[in-house]
Amino acid sequence: MTNASTSPGSSPSPNMGIFFDAEFTQELRQQMLKFALLQVRDAQLAEDAVQEAMISAYQNIDRFARQAALKTWVFSILKNKVIDLLRKEKRHTAASQLEEGPNINGEALIDALFTENGHWQKNERPQKWDDPDHGVENEHFWRVFDACLNALPEKYGRLFMMREFLEMETNEICDNEDLTPNNLNVTLYRARLRLRECLEDNWYAAETLS
Amino acid sequence: MNCKQATQLLSEKLDRPLNAKEKVSLGVHTTICISCRRFSHQVEELRTISKRYVEESKNE
Repeated sequence: MTNASTSPGSSPSPNMGIFFDAEFTQELRQQMLKFALLQVRDAQLAEDAVQEAMISAYQNIDRFARQAALKTWVFSILKNKVIDLLRKEKRHTAASQLEEGPNINGEALIDALFTENGHWQKNERPQKWDDPDHGVENEHFWRVFDACLNALPEKYGRLFMMREFLEMETNEICDNEDLTPNNLNVTLYRARLRLRECLEDNWYAAETLS
Repeated sequence: MNCKQATQLLSEKLDRPLNAKEKVSLGVHTTICISCRRFSHQVEELRTISKRYVEESKNE
C-alpha cells in the first residue's frame, strides 16, 4: 500500500489493493509495453494503448480477485487495442512501402531455395533441428529470433505477427489488410520460409558448429 | 508433387484445412522426402516458438 492517490469519498473496491502493489503494476506495465512495441512501431502509440488498457482494468477492478486474472484480462484488452492500432496504421501506409525489405523477397527467394523443377537446392535442404526445447530457454535464442523477425520485409513480419502472435483469423486479417486469402497464405508461406532459414542458419546450425 | 508445392501446402495447413486430395498428395510426398518432413516439423515449431515468444514477453 504505497500509493495514496485514491480520491477520498469514492467507494474503493475491496480488490483495489491489486493496484497498490507498485511492484506488480510496474512490472505489468513493462510487460505490456514490450508486447505492444513488438507490433506497433510507434512508441507513443504503444504507450497510449498500454495506458488505455490499464485504465479499463482499473475501471473493471471488481471482476478480479487475483492478480493473475487481472493480468490475463488486461492483456486481452491490450491485444484488441493493438489490433485497432494496426488497422488505423494501415490507412496511413501505402501498400508499396510494406513489401520492401533488406533481402531478397517473393519469387526471388523461392527461386533461390528450390531448383527449376521444384526440388530443394542441395545446400538449402532443411537440416535436423535439435530437440524443440533446445535453447528456447536461452535468452540468446530470443535475440536471434528477434533479429530474424526484424530481418523480414515489413509486410511479411506484420502478417506473420497478426497470425501467430495476435492469433487473428484469416478473414479478419484479409479484411484488415485488403488481401485475398490466397495472397495471405502465400505471404505467410514466404515469411515462414525465411524465418525457418534464418533460425536454422543463426541458431540451430550455428550451435552444432561451435 | 514437388518440394516447392509440398512446402507451400505444409505452410497453408497451419492456416486452412486441406482438402482430401491435397492431404493424400502431401502424405505421399512427405513419406519419401525427409527434407519436407523436416520442413513440416519446423513450421509447426515456428508456431510453438511464437506462442512462447508472446508468453516470454508477458513474463520477463
